[in-house]
Amino acid sequence: MALVPGTQAADITGVITFKGTPPAEKEITPIMDDANCSASYTKAPLTHFYAVNAKGELGDVIVSLKGVTGQSTGASAPPVVIDQKGCLYIPTIVAVQTGQKIVVKNSDSCVHNVHDKPTVPGNNESNDVQMPGGADLTYTFAKPEPFLKFQCDVHPWMFAWVTVSDSPYFAVSDKDGKFTIKNVPPGKYTVEAVHRKLGTQTLDVEVKDAAVPANFTFEAK
Amino acid sequence: MSISAPKTSSPWLFRFAGLTALATFLLIGLGGLVTSHGAGMSVPDWPNTYGYNMFAFPISKWVGGIFYEHTHRLLASAVGLLTTILAVWLWLADPRKWMHWLGVAAFVGVLAQGVLGGLRVTMHMDSLGVFHATIAQLFFILICALTLFTSRFWKELAAHKKNFSIALGLRTLALATTLLIFVQLTIAATMRHQHAGLAIPDFPLAYGKVWPDTNPEAVASYNARRVSVTEEAPVTAFQINLQMAHRLVALAIAALIAACAWLAWKRLGGKDSLTKLAIFWLALIFVQIGLGAWTIWSNKAADVTTLHVMVGALSLVTGALWCLIGFGRSVSLPQTQAPGVFGVQTSMMANK
Repeated sequence: MALVPGTQAADITGVITFKGTPPAEKEITPIMDDANCSASYTKAPLTHFYAVNAKGELGDVIVSLKGVTGQSTGASAPPVVIDQKGCLYIPTIVAVQTGQKIVVKNSDSCVHNVHDKPTVPGNNESNDVQMPGGADLTYTFAKPEPFLKFQCDVHPWMFAWVTVSDSPYFAVSDKDGKFTIKNVPPGKYTVEAVHRKLGTQTLDVEVKDAAVPANFTFEAK
Repeated sequence: MSISAPKTSSPWLFRFAGLTALATFLLIGLGGLVTSHGAGMSVPDWPNTYGYNMFAFPISKWVGGIFYEHTHRLLASAVGLLTTILAVWLWLADPRKWMHWLGVAAFVGVLAQGVLGGLRVTMHMDSLGVFHATIAQLFFILICALTLFTSRFWKELAAHKKNFSIALGLRTLALATTLLIFVQLTIAATMRHQHAGLAIPDFPLAYGKVWPDTNPEAVASYNARRVSVTEEAPVTAFQINLQMAHRLVALAIAALIAACAWLAWKRLGGKDSLTKLAIFWLALIFVQIGLGAWTIWSNKAADVTTLHVMVGALSLVTGALWCLIGFGRSVSLPQTQAPGVFGVQTSMMANK
């Protein structure tokens, strides 16, 4: 679909909800065996696969416009920051555009290696050392790729997942399950919501001159 | 090439080969710990370590996954040195020409293993890890074979071989079983380097069934329910089928080794060294199956999984040594007349 950004654009907003009981998260017990990492915790933190709040709203869902490609403004978009803090990546689910900078910081007092593992040809794998207090590391990816993995092999429980799109029309649902895809030009679209564990849902919408709702419900499998 | 035994042998050469085999076995264990801890890429550079000369890397920095990867590299260097000395020693002291070339093969093998391990890091290729793990098993067989060939036991085979010939059928069965164990270890290496050791999280059933569903909906459901601290990639139908193959091949191996032990007992008697070795082999495989189950039940605890790797290597080398001894007892073993040098003993009791 050909888009003309800026002409009577409107937002697509919605809430993602989760129906059922998510699998129990696990304690990241190895983190307490590492003297550097355990200093940040009194008990082992939990894995973070299902960001479901008490109301059943689901965070960390990537929402985008299916089939809208070749629209990246990543080169001029502000960088997205991933921090390494308490020997965890924060945040763990991130979305960027092709060509958009991802800045990885190390706020810990220990060394990490930042190892990105793309699987799409054209996106290059790297494995970089980041000492405590070391300079930020910057990454960009040329090709769209869902859930591109970043990991630390020094601390093998550390993962972050970056979805790379070649359009600016995407959002990540927050802890209340809310998302907004901003400034979508008028037209008919298929909105796609993807959770790394629960898969994909789609919804057809038409954008005119006012905000368009798009709500999704994922169910436990 | 004729499989011959020297008239004379050096106990120190035998002991040194044994030391190299032991170091290689421990190296396989340490390599297992590297993969079990997901630490294969924790040192991003090679042959340096975080910019340091590998041997000058400060101990204070051996933290997290770095500890496993760095100590693996150091022990690998030690095995490289031991293998080099062994190859030179064989070339100079062993009168058998073919032993010279086996020593050279070990030297080339340890070099290739080192470079392969390094390339796996610098080229970011998990798939090279499968070859690295598989070649390690072959290298271990080679070093153990060199230990056997330098032993007094091997020398005595030459003297007594006419009374101890092993039937072709039994030898073929043992060889086929050993080859199947090698196939099994290759499957295991593929599973481990895809971090798919827990592609099926239950045992003896598989996702609650005798044979799990692997249609896309079922696999999506498994992945949705899978919460793991260190293995975050979704499992695939291929990985589930691979683990089922691993389980079935394990049963086949156990049955074949039981057949070997039974045939050896029947044809050679309970006191024969090959019968005893076959019974040890069978015991080892039962331990190995138990460790495989424990690996699943422990949620792939690194120490249990690594023990599973080490006993797997021991099972393979036991089969290989059984075959070599069985073959050695069944073919002509001419004694080499050439005198040894550099510490080769002249006494028949030299290895005692």
